[in-house]
Amino acid sequence: MAVLPAGVGAGDFAKVLQEFGSAVGSQWVFSSPEDMDLYRDAYSIVWGEPQERRASAAVAPENVEQVQAVVRIANKFKVPIYAISTGRNLTYGGSAPNYTGSVVVDLKRMNKIISVDDRRNFAVVEPGVSYFDMYRHIQEKGLKVWIDCPDPGWGSLMGNALDHGIGYTYGVYRDHFGAHCGMEVVLANGEVMRTGMGALPKATSWQDYRYGYGPYVDGLFAQGNFGIVTKMGFWMLPQPENYLSGMVMVPRYRDLTALIDQVNYLEDSGLIAPPGYFSPAGGGLFGPPDPKLKDLMANGWPSDDALEAFAKNKNAACWGASLAMLGPAATVQGTWDYIKQRIGGAISGATFKDGETLKFPLTPEQQAKFPHRVAVGIPNMEVYSLVTRSPINNPADPPFGHADFTCVISRTGESVFEAQRAFYEAFTEFGVPSQIGPFSGPITWHQRTFIMGPIIWTYRDAERNKKARALFNHLIDMAASHGWAEYRTAPVFQDRLAAQFSFADHSLLRFTEALKDAADPNGILSPGRGGIWPKHLRASQKGRQNL
Amino acid sequence: MKRSISIAGTLAVITGVVGAATLAAAADEAKLQHGKEVYEYWCTSCHGKGLGLFGPGTLPGTMALALKYKGAEPPVLEDRIDLDPQFVNTVVRHGIQAMPPFRKTEITDAELEDMTAYLTRTAR
Repeated sequence: MAVLPAGVGAGDFAKVLQEFGSAVGSQWVFSSPEDMDLYRDAYSIVWGEPQERRASAAVAPENVEQVQAVVRIANKFKVPIYAISTGRNLTYGGSAPNYTGSVVVDLKRMNKIISVDDRRNFAVVEPGVSYFDMYRHIQEKGLKVWIDCPDPGWGSLMGNALDHGIGYTYGVYRDHFGAHCGMEVVLANGEVMRTGMGALPKATSWQDYRYGYGPYVDGLFAQGNFGIVTKMGFWMLPQPENYLSGMVMVPRYRDLTALIDQVNYLEDSGLIAPPGYFSPAGGGLFGPPDPKLKDLMANGWPSDDALEAFAKNKNAACWGASLAMLGPAATVQGTWDYIKQRIGGAISGATFKDGETLKFPLTPEQQAKFPHRVAVGIPNMEVYSLVTRSPINNPADPPFGHADFTCVISRTGESVFEAQRAFYEAFTEFGVPSQIGPFSGPITWHQRTFIMGPIIWTYRDAERNKKARALFNHLIDMAASHGWAEYRTAPVFQDRLAAQFSFADHSLLRFTEALKDAADPNGILSPGRGGIWPKHLRASQKGRQNL
Repeated sequence: MKRSISIAGTLAVITGVVGAATLAAAADEAKLQHGKEVYEYWCTSCHGKGLGLFGPGTLPGTMALALKYKGAEPPVLEDRIDLDPQFVNTVVRHGIQAMPPFRKTEITDAELEDMTAYLTRTAR
C-alpha cells in the first residue's frame, strides 16, 4: 500500500477495502504499489516530490448502485474519495486525486451509451464513455447527429464537460458543459438525485428542458466537489449537410482589432463555427515562430511600423482568420459571400482565400485527408503531436507532459495586444524565452471566449519542474493583475487560481464552502477540488498549493 | 480383429492430436485477432499510419518514434519485429514520455496479454 488516508489506520483501511470489495467485486479494488502507479498524474508538475498527490487505493464500480455503496462506505470510515471518468484529464490532474490519501473512484467501467436520439438530437451517457466510443456508436447505428469533439478523442464526454472542456463546432455545442441537459448525481450521503426535468418521475423531456423547476444546481458539479455524476445528457448537433471554409487576411498590424470585431459579429450571429486566428507574418497556424522574430525583438518590443515592415518584407499579411461554416450548400456559400462583402468593405486591403467544400457524410478517403478532423466531428488524437517528441519541441529532449496556462481574456484586439506584451514581459522577467510575442493571436475557446497563454512543459526532473512552477505561479498573479485568469488548471495551482476570484472578500469561494459543509459534512468528496476544501481540512490545506 | 482395433485406436489418437492442434491454432488465432482489436481500439489513433498535424505519417506516436529511431526501426508499431512482451507490458503499464500508462479498467491484464501477443507475433 503506497499511502493511507489521513487519520485512517492500516487496520481500518483494510476494512474499507474489504467493504469496497464486497460492493464492487474484489478484483475491482486496487491498492498494490504497482496498481497505484497507474493512478499517478503522468503529466504532474510535482512528479516524485512530496507535493505530488497520490491515491491510497482505487475502486471501480460498474453501476450507480455500486457508486452509492462506495460513497456510503467512504462516509462510514470518513475516507476521502475522488471520482474520475476516463482518467484522461491530463494537464489538469489526470487520474490522480487532488488530495493525497484519497481513494480514486474509477468510473471507466460505467461505459454505457444509454441513448442517442437523432430526432430530438441528444445523447445520454455514463462517465466511462469516450468521444471515440460515441463516434463509433453513431457510425454503427447510422445516426444523423454529430458530437462536438475536444482535441483528444479518448476523453470522457462527461468528464470533459464537467471540467468545462470545449470543442470545435458552433458555440452552443462547443461549450460542453453548456451543451449538457440533465444529470444524475450520487450525493455525499449516498442518495441519487436527478436534475432538471429528471426530477419529475414521468418526464420524457429530461434532455429537452434543462432547468426543470427551482434553482439550477448543475453548475455545482462542474469543477466542484458536491457529488459524483453518473449520467449526463448532451445536446447534439444534427448532421450538417455541408462544410465550407475560407480565410481572411488583413495587412496591417492594428487591423486585428477590426478583424476581431467583424468576426465577433459573425460568430455571435450564429453564422460561423469557432474562428482560428493566426499570423501569416509570424509563422502561421501550427507553424513554429519565424526565427527572424528574435532579431526583431533584440532591442525590446518593436513598434507597429517595425512589425508591419517585417510582414511586408515577407510579403505576408499581419493577421488572418480561418472561418468555417456548416449547413445547407446555399446557406454556407451565401454566408461566405456575405463575409467577403462585409469584411472587404470594413477593412481596406483585406484579402480572401476560398477553402474546402465538403458534403456529409464524408467518404473514408475524405476523412483520411481532412487535416483537423475534430472540426467535422471526428475524434482523434492529432493534437498530441504538439506535446510529444515533435518538430516543435526539442526532439532530443522531449517533455513528459505539460501544464497549459489557458488564460481567459476579453474578445478584443486591445486585450490581445495587452496580453501579448504582458506574457512576453513575464517570461522575460524569468529569463525564459517567451512563447508569446507580437504575432501571437488569440485562441477561440468557449462561446464568446478568447484564450491566450503558453504551454508549460513538465519533466521527470524536480529542478526543471520547480522552475516551471515558479513561472506558472507568476503567470497566475500577473494575469489576475490584468483581470485575466485560467478557466481550468492543474491541482497544484487550484488554490492559487481560486484565490484570485476575490471580489467582496472572496464571497464566491466562501459561499461554495458553506454549501460544501452542508452537502458533504464529512468532507469526503474530492477535497480541494476547485479550491473548495471541507471544513476539517480548510485551515491545514487551503493555500498549501501556493508552491 | 485385434489388428483392426489397433488401426482404429491409432486413427483415433491421430485424429485427436490433429484435433487438438487445430483447436490450439484456432485459439492462437482468436487470441491474435482479439489482440489486434484491442490494439486498434486503444493504440492506432496515435500509433497508426494516418494523417497527423504535420502531414501523412505524423500521428503522435508514429511521429515520436520516427524522430526517436531516425529510420533504425519502423515508426509504426505493427511493423516492428523487435518488440518483446516485457517491453510492451512495461510501456503500457508505465507509459513513456508523453504517453501515459493505461489502467486495468481500460486495458485488463487479459486484454494486454492478447495485445502483446499480437504486437510480438512477428518477433525475431
